Amino acid sequence: MLYREAGQFRTSYAEDQRIFPIRQDRVAIALLLAFAFFVVPAVASHYWLKALLIPFLILSLAALGLNILTGYAGQLSLGTAGFMAVGAFMAYNFELRLPELPILVSFALAGLCAAALGIVFGLPSLRIKGFYLAVATLACQFFVLWVLQRVGWFTNYSSSGVISAQEIVILGHTFDSAQEKYLLTLAIVALMALAAKNLMRSETGRAFMAVRDMDVAASVIGIPIMRTKLLAFAISSFYCGVAGALYAFCYLGTVEPEAFSLDLSFRVLFMIIIGGVGSILGSFLGAAFITLLPIFLNLVSGFLSHAFGVDVPHAWLSNIELIIFGALIVFFLIVEPHGLARLWQIGKEKLRLWPFPH
Amino acid sequence: MTADAAFAVQAQVAAAQPQGLARAVGEPILVVENVSLAFGGVKALQDVSFDVREREIRAIIGPNGAGKSSMLNVLNGVYHPQAGTIRLRVGEGWREFHDMDPHEAARLGIARTFQNIALFKGMTVLDNIMTGRNLKMRASFVEQALWLPRARREEYEHRRAVEEIIDFLEIQHIRKTPVGRLPYGLQKRVELARALAAEPRILLLDEPMAGMNLEEKQDMCRFILDVNEQFGTTIVLIEHDMGVVMDISDRVVVLDYGRKIGDGTPEEIRRNQAVIDAYLGVSH
Repeated sequence: MLYREAGQFRTSYAEDQRIFPIRQDRVAIALLLAFAFFVVPAVASHYWLKALLIPFLILSLAALGLNILTGYAGQLSLGTAGFMAVGAFMAYNFELRLPELPILVSFALAGLCAAALGIVFGLPSLRIKGFYLAVATLACQFFVLWVLQRVGWFTNYSSSGVISAQEIVILGHTFDSAQEKYLLTLAIVALMALAAKNLMRSETGRAFMAVRDMDVAASVIGIPIMRTKLLAFAISSFYCGVAGALYAFCYLGTVEPEAFSLDLSFRVLFMIIIGGVGSILGSFLGAAFITLLPIFLNLVSGFLSHAFGVDVPHAWLSNIELIIFGALIVFFLIVEPHGLARLWQIGKEKLRLWPFPH
Repeated sequence: MTADAAFAVQAQVAAAQPQGLARAVGEPILVVENVSLAFGGVKALQDVSFDVREREIRAIIGPNGAGKSSMLNVLNGVYHPQAGTIRLRVGEGWREFHDMDPHEAARLGIARTFQNIALFKGMTVLDNIMTGRNLKMRASFVEQALWLPRARREEYEHRRAVEEIIDFLEIQHIRKTPVGRLPYGLQKRVELARALAAEPRILLLDEPMAGMNLEEKQDMCRFILDVNEQFGTTIVLIEHDMGVVMDISDRVVVLDYGRKIGDGTPEEIRRNQAVIDAYLGVSH
C-alpha cells in the first residue's frame, strides 16, 4: 500500500523525465545514499569495508562500464580487465612522473588513456559483431598484460613487476584509513553512476540502444554508426579505466599486471549478465551478487557446521560453496534471463498493484 | 547538365503531365534518372526513371520481385546503384547524386519506414520516436552526462515535439511501452511516428499497410493523407493493396522485373495494357 503513485501528477516533461519519477523511489534512494555515506562508515568493521564494500563498489563501476558497451550499445567485450589495468598503471605513472598532479586528475587522465585504447580496440567493431568481436577484444586483454609485463617503463622498472600505489592526497588530506577510502570510492562511483544514467536517458544513450537493436534502421534515421560505436567503446573504457585506478589505489595497494587477468574480465561480464544487461541498477546488483554471495555462503556454512557441530573438512566446504554459487547463477538465469534488475522491476510493478492481482 | 538545364527539362516533363490533381502538388522535388542496380547477375532495376513532385503521394507498385523495395533503398542510400543519377531539390538549387549515403539522405530530409518493421525493440515507444529527432540535437555527450542546461532543454523541447506526433497518430496510451510488446499494427504506426519525428520533406513508406486488417488499413490511410495535407510532406509509397493505391495516390509508377512499365495517374494505370498484362499474365 505504501508504494503507490496515486495523486502524484506530473505536469511538465521535466517532471515526467526525472530519473525517479515516483516520489517513493526518490525517498528510498535518498535514504540509501544517506545510509551508505553516514551510517556505513560508522558501523562497518575494517574487514567489511576493506574486503567487501570497497571491491563491491569498484567492481560495480567496472560492470557499469561494461554495461554501457555491451548492454546499451550491444558490443560484446572481453577486454574489461585490460582497460582496468591501463587505468591502474597509468594513474600510477601519472602520480609517479607528475607528482604535482592532483590525484583525481590522475584518475581522470588514466581513464582517458583507457578510453583512447578503447577506441583503438573498438575499431574491429565497425566490421565484426557478436562472438567474433568478443574474440577481437580478447586481444586487448592479452596485449595490455603483455605490454605491462614486458615494458619496464609502466612498472617503473621494478624487478618483480609489482607497483605500489601512491598515497591518496586530496587538498592536503591523506586518505589512508579504510573509512576514508570507502567514502572516496563511494563518492566517485555515485557521481559516475549518475553521469551514466544521464547519458543513457539522453540522445547518446538512445543512439547506443538504436545501434544495438537494429543498426540499418539507426543509420537510416541519421545516427552515425561508426562514431556511435567508437563513442561507446571510449565511454565504457573510461569507466573501466577509472575503476582500475580505484582498484589499485583504494583496494589492492600493491598491484601486479596479473591482478587484471582474463578471470577478472569474465567476472565483470558475469556481473552484468546476472545483474541485468542494459541496466544501471543491474550493474550494482550483479556486482553485489558476485562479490558478496560467496562471502555470505561462507558465513552460512561456517555457522551451520558450527551449530550442528559437524566437522566438515575445509576443502569440502569451499567446494560446496562453489557448487551452490554455480547452482544459484543457473537458477537465476533460468528464472529471469534479463537479470536481477528485471526481477526488481517486476517486483515494483506488482507492488504498485498490490493487493490486487492486476 | 547544369542545375538550371535540369530544372528546365523537369519543367517540361511536369507540363506534359495531366493537370488538375486533387491537392496543391508543386514542382518536381526528386528526380530519378536511368537508375540500374544489379546484385551479381540479378538485375534488380534496369534503367528506371521517374520524378516525384512536391506534396504529391507517389505510389510504386508491381508484382513480387519487381524491384520496388530496391528502388526505395536506392533513394535513401541503403543500396548504391551501378548507373544513373538521383537529383534532389535542396533550397533553390538541385543536388545530384550517383548514390546516396543513408546519413546524408536523412540530413537532406528523406525519412522512411521498412517493409518488415525496423523499430528498436528494446526501447519504449517514446524513446523510439525521440531517436527520430537525433539530427536536430546539438548538445555533446559531456553536456548530456552532466545534465547541463542545454542538454536538459533539448530533451524537454524535443519531447514536446514528439508528443505532438504522438497525439497526431493517436498512440498516447502506449508511449511508455517497449515496442517489442506491441501488436503489429501499432508497431507500424510507431515506425511512421519515428519517421515523422525527423520532420522529413520526403517520406518513403515501404508497404505501410501490409498484414493489416481493414480497420487498421483505414486508419493508416487516414494518417498518410493527414500527414500529406497538414505537413505538406511528399510521400513515396509501395503498396500491394490496389484499392488503397488507386484511392490515395496522385501518380503511380509500375515496375516489373526491374523495368518501368507504366507511369501516370491511377486512371491511366488502370487502362495501361502493359500493366494489366504484368498483373494478370498474357496468353501466348
